[in-house]
Amino acid sequence: MRKRLIWLPFVLFLAFVGLFASGLFQPDDRIIHSRLVGQPLPAFTLPAGASDRAALASAQLASGKPRLLNIFASWCVPCAAEAPQLMALKQAGVEIDAIAIRDARPDVDAFLKRYGNPYARIGLDARSGVQIALGSSGVPETFVIDGKGRIAYQHIGDIRADDVPMILDLLRHAR
Amino acid sequence: MIAEAGLAALWLAAALALLQLFLAFAGLKGGKSELLAAVRPAAVAQGVLTAIAFGLLITLFIRSDMSVLLVVTNSHSMKPWLYKFAGTWGNHEGSMLLWVTVMGVAGAAVALFERALRRDTHMATLGGQAAISLGFYAFLLFSSNPFARIDPPPPDGQGLNPLLQDPGLAFHPPTLYLGYVGLSVAFSFAIGALLTRQVDAAFARAMRPWVLAAWILLTLGITAGSYWAYYELGWGGWWFWDPVENASLMPWLAATALLHSVTVLATRDALRAWTVMLAVIAFSMSMVGTFLVRSGILTSVHAFAVDPERGSFILALLAIYIGGALALFGWRIGSVREGAPFELVSRETLLVVNNLLLSVILGIVLIGTLYPLMTEAFGHKVSVGAPYFDRIAGPIALTLMIALATGPLVRWRRDRAAAVGKRLMVPFAVAILATVSVAILAWGRIGILPFCGLVIAFAVGAASIAPLWKRNLLRTPLFTWGMVIAHLGCAVSLAGMACNSAFTVEKLVAARPGDTIQTAGWSLRFVQIKPIAGDNWTALQADVQVDRGGAPVLIHPQSRFFASPPTTTSEAALLTRWNGQLYVVLGEEVEGGRWQLRIWWKPFVTLIWLGGILIALGGALALVGRERRGWLMKWRARRAFA
Repeated sequence: MRKRLIWLPFVLFLAFVGLFASGLFQPDDRIIHSRLVGQPLPAFTLPAGASDRAALASAQLASGKPRLLNIFASWCVPCAAEAPQLMALKQAGVEIDAIAIRDARPDVDAFLKRYGNPYARIGLDARSGVQIALGSSGVPETFVIDGKGRIAYQHIGDIRADDVPMILDLLRHAR
Repeated sequence: MIAEAGLAALWLAAALALLQLFLAFAGLKGGKSELLAAVRPAAVAQGVLTAIAFGLLITLFIRSDMSVLLVVTNSHSMKPWLYKFAGTWGNHEGSMLLWVTVMGVAGAAVALFERALRRDTHMATLGGQAAISLGFYAFLLFSSNPFARIDPPPPDGQGLNPLLQDPGLAFHPPTLYLGYVGLSVAFSFAIGALLTRQVDAAFARAMRPWVLAAWILLTLGITAGSYWAYYELGWGGWWFWDPVENASLMPWLAATALLHSVTVLATRDALRAWTVMLAVIAFSMSMVGTFLVRSGILTSVHAFAVDPERGSFILALLAIYIGGALALFGWRIGSVREGAPFELVSRETLLVVNNLLLSVILGIVLIGTLYPLMTEAFGHKVSVGAPYFDRIAGPIALTLMIALATGPLVRWRRDRAAAVGKRLMVPFAVAILATVSVAILAWGRIGILPFCGLVIAFAVGAASIAPLWKRNLLRTPLFTWGMVIAHLGCAVSLAGMACNSAFTVEKLVAARPGDTIQTAGWSLRFVQIKPIAGDNWTALQADVQVDRGGAPVLIHPQSRFFASPPTTTSEAALLTRWNGQLYVVLGEEVEGGRWQLRIWWKPFVTLIWLGGILIALGGALALVGRERRGWLMKWRARRAFA
């Protein structure tokens, strides 16, 4: 009995090593993709997020023409870093709508004044309810919406200059 | 040039470790004394070389040498010198170099100062220390080189995480590491004893000071870390059950158990296998903790940049060293004679209870820390938070405190239950008195766990000083004083924890300059808010005038902005009074020119860390007391000869 008990720590330790190894080689899942990719947008109606832009409802996104839905916030530093790329996309003729997360209209106005306003419509999602419904887990994120109002692609994190051609390409194919 | 010299010193130290390993085991195997004679010099040279490498890395940081990658990614020329200096270990590579340095220096110390151990066990211990060091040298040299250059050098560095830009960084990590990695000595002692089959009282007496020294430093490191997190993170909590905190707590629990079981082995020659097991477990927990944090399999505030290659490397080291030690244990311990048996009513029994309870707490913390990993293996995602640890480990820790109160009042070998009961009368009376007074003063405001905690704290406080009763205090041995003070420290700390969790008053307000806020007997006048500039930061600082009937005091909570990397931290303002701390955090601006202020009054919270310091002080007294007795005996023997 004592003989066997002596090996118990060793056996337990082997189990731990197995556990550690399995944890180590798990795919990195810190990026959570929305389950709605390929599905229609959930229905929502949001109040206006900026004083000189219209409010946003999900029905307006199924406009027959592919467009971008940008999730941002005035308090988000990467969102400011992303602004020039969004302006470039707008200049390329892309229509961009946005949802401001956990924000206030004066703050959004100040943000847009400082970094430029590429948006057609801005909805204010003060409690992140719509963001959660969309399956978005942070800011900034950008959804490519096809003409029928379906989510064609989800871009997590800020859009870098290198990403712009890829986004344009996706928009061209999302009919 | 400095970087290359540092790297060369590291390579040399690694080569010496290999040599030391070979000399020790070849010498022991063949009984060749001339090989063994070179083991101690090799260990000392290794310690010196690692210290030189570490010193050179510090030099690079202080000189802001931007041709070294590590300095570029973790420092900035504008930083105050203290953070250039302490930034040396505020990153993965630098902290691993500190790890290796502590290991090298501890090995050198064992080579220089260990005199009580039998020679073959001593040599085998140094061989074991070289074997573990070797793996960590390889880790440093092959996957975490701190001296790597960058070409071309950028104009300036990227700065240090602002949360780390605090004097705490200069003290907490080195102290913690000295204890954490210092436990490697106990591990090597266990390996040495298993190899030479010398598990006896003499071995325990030789190992005890090393365990004690590591444990004192670990206690101080954890206490400092807890206080640092408390004032720097601005959440008002002192322990968050973060995986890294658990990673430092688990070796501490094992070392505390070891400290007590090694005393049983030294005094009564009992608990042989168990003591060796604990010596292996304590440092194993240090390695497991390092793996958990550095591999990135658990998320934690202490995780540096994560790299799966490093994770695999540490896992391999873990498997070799812990697996090897446990296999050696299984293979050899059967041939170690069973130690002396003991009576049921004896101090030995209570020390076994202490060990069992500490082990159970260790198991609870280990399972809680690893549980997210276990469920993930089956496809579920969970996180384990404070409620689990508090509710499961709390009651067991309180039971442990009762054993702590009783143990020192029971005699070694055999005692009479009636006599023990008589000695416990006063603590018991104190417990009843405390129950009644806490119930009258705080009924309805206090939860069951803090209630029990407070009552037990009083009882343990009374019981811990009981061994001094009716003794001549001047003639009481220093190590008895050490035990008394360390146990009193546990009671003090427990009282602080219970008061903090039961009586803390929290208030969140949005205030305009000029407003006055009343809370917990304090009156806080929000005077003004103004920008100020520091060395490498700017801040918005609130002036808050506080008083509770006496002279008003100005305190200054800040919201700090660091330019590189761009981050905001909140610097809490703390006002310490004898019966607690006022803790004020400046939040964000809300509409209408109002500012968020979060205010806590935390009665007796400082006792938590005061207790930690007392525990470490007790350890230090015990260490000096034991060692001094050895020195005195040696000196008398020498004089008797002359």
